[in-house]
Amino acid sequence: MRVSLFITCYNDTLFPATGQAVVRLLERLGHTVEFEPEQTCCGQMHYNTGYQREAMPLMRRFVDIYKDAEAICIPSSSCVAMIRDHYPKMAAESADPGLIRTVDALLPRVYELTELLVKRLGVEDVGAYFPHRVTYHASCHSQRSLHLGDLPLRLLRNVRGIDLVDLPNIDRCCGFGGTFAIKMGDISAAMLADKMKDVENTGAEVITAVDTSCLMHIFGGLHRQRGGVRMAHIAEILAPTESDAAEGARA
Amino acid sequence: MTIRVGEAEHAPSFQKAALPLLEDAQLRRNVRHATDVIQRKRGIVVHETEDWQELRTAGSAIKAHTLRYLDQYLLQFEEACTAAGGYVHWAGDADEANRIIVDLVKQYSGSEVIKIKTMTSEEIGLNEALEQAGIRAHETDLAEVINQLGGDTSSHIVAPALHKNRSQVREIFRERMNLPGLSDDPEALTAAARHYLREKFLRVKIGVSGANFLVAEAGSVCIVESEGNGRMCLTLPEVLISIAGIEKVIPRMRDMEVFLQLLPRSATGERMNPYNSLWTGVRAGDGPQHFHVVLLDNGRTGILADPESRQTLQCIRCGACLNTCPVYRQTGGHAYGSNYSGPIGAIVTPQLLQMRQAQSLPFASTLCGACYEVCPVKINIPEVLIHLRGRVVREQKSALDPEALAMKTAAAIFTSRRRFEAAQRLGRIAQWPMVSHGWMRNLPGLLGNWTRVRDLRALPKQTFREWWKKRAKHAPNTPASAPLRAARKLSEDIGRD
Repeated sequence: MRVSLFITCYNDTLFPATGQAVVRLLERLGHTVEFEPEQTCCGQMHYNTGYQREAMPLMRRFVDIYKDAEAICIPSSSCVAMIRDHYPKMAAESADPGLIRTVDALLPRVYELTELLVKRLGVEDVGAYFPHRVTYHASCHSQRSLHLGDLPLRLLRNVRGIDLVDLPNIDRCCGFGGTFAIKMGDISAAMLADKMKDVENTGAEVITAVDTSCLMHIFGGLHRQRGGVRMAHIAEILAPTESDAAEGARA
Repeated sequence: MTIRVGEAEHAPSFQKAALPLLEDAQLRRNVRHATDVIQRKRGIVVHETEDWQELRTAGSAIKAHTLRYLDQYLLQFEEACTAAGGYVHWAGDADEANRIIVDLVKQYSGSEVIKIKTMTSEEIGLNEALEQAGIRAHETDLAEVINQLGGDTSSHIVAPALHKNRSQVREIFRERMNLPGLSDDPEALTAAARHYLREKFLRVKIGVSGANFLVAEAGSVCIVESEGNGRMCLTLPEVLISIAGIEKVIPRMRDMEVFLQLLPRSATGERMNPYNSLWTGVRAGDGPQHFHVVLLDNGRTGILADPESRQTLQCIRCGACLNTCPVYRQTGGHAYGSNYSGPIGAIVTPQLLQMRQAQSLPFASTLCGACYEVCPVKINIPEVLIHLRGRVVREQKSALDPEALAMKTAAAIFTSRRRFEAAQRLGRIAQWPMVSHGWMRNLPGLLGNWTRVRDLRALPKQTFREWWKKRAKHAPNTPASAPLRAARKLSEDIGRD
């Protein structure tokens, strides 16, 4: 399958390893990945912070770029939620019948990475190898907007060598919330403190999620305390194989 | 119009009001404990209800329908209530409602009233208005008694003293009820409250209540509660005055089937409330002989006029969104500046105040969606929050506000590939003085709020798109739609990188 990668603005800029892992994983599974360099941002930050007018051209831009794509893969559930939950309403507000139709036709081809793997490509075992103690943080959008359920965990359970531990209070928000983390810094910090306690109690060395944004917040807090936990987007766990590890050892 | 929502118009911003609360370790422990207990109970009685989602859909549909025909149902209620011997008054705003109630109390020569817990009376500041008119209001709901005697305000719409634990309650009762030997045993505390309240139930001749539901077809009013103190106020006085927001009306008696399942399960984790009072007008020789209903607008028709957020008025005040909210969990209710706290308060208060005050409240959420998930009438609170944020930005923010400037600049960057890529390169250079060993720990300006408690990894040497471009250059003969073999070859190449 030809998969168009929408990397998201923050992964592109701050976390290129996420995108590299997605590319590796999908190509390893026999798919062709395309990257359209005109892509920038889905508009979520603007839309959710109240700058809905500013989000409009970003929505049009996304739609223009991907209207003919076979499948669009987005390694971020909150960006997928932005597109699924709000693009139809934005299109309706534009009162542009062409745009409304295009958005309608486009939405079923937009996939969060683990959705693409399990629901569209029918894979639960991607042949990955990751010999580390890992805990999975279920981001709010992945749970309550995309309703991913245990899709990410099904993929993780099939990873060779992984020591997967449940994160307590998995349904509770970590306190990131986009611009909330800046605008309501003290409350965000209090929420983060709770989440860090839960992560530390698992004894995991790696915290993973389908959203790098929550991880940037949780890991940012843990790093400040020199917590001995690192972050990895789920793609970074699903991409490596045992032969990579062997090659790594030889090199 | 004097629309008022408690003291919200004078309240500090949410983030400011939260600061002393975050310092209060006792309060935070109390809030965590109480909300955990209620949520656990709710979870049990919701999961055992096989048609819970259907009930939510029905509750939402009944409320949405009623709001669509609100004028008709209110008139129907007025007619039926009047026919049953009640009097219906219409109040446009808080002052008018207070005036009506003060006048009624004076008309019946009263100098005191006993009150059932009513958030609507706290919204309009009824107790203060009564006091100014020389009328004493005695709260009778146990939590309200605690708050009234302790000089405190509600921190939760269902459990107003949820922020207090029993040793704190004991201190208040000891001092205010003059009971120096009182223990913190719950039975002893309840007995003290009972003794304190009984005398008032038997003496005071005028009762004031809110309403959970107004049944249009029958002209009936319904109150559900757990303590029975409400039942005392509804049955013992000679005069009963009930104040209700106009959104409290439901069309038919049979609609109660849906709401009397949704409300107790969501509010207190009970299958049914211990006391469900339903009355219609007056009945000779039985209960209050004079019954008045005050129907309150106080900004509600303004909410009704906004199709994007009118779902706010579907609320049945169960408090489930407060209990599940990760923000409320940290601060408790007082940060929200009025008696309406938590996610529902964050959308009700600023809207009642026509978005002129309480503008920080729509931002007091991570949009995590937990509130929407538990809402028994399916109010999409995150969607309404986003809509209200938009109104704050469009109607209130100056174009020179630093945040507005940053957002506009970001939008300009994101609408052009060239600008986006330039910004990525610029960021990599500009971050240099702030980076230490690959991390940033002290950023300036708005971003300083990030690095106060979190580190931020420095921008990497290469963005994803730069990596992609370089990689494509190394494999120039691999077109986008290349066959599988080529793709595999490519992936092997990366594997060796």
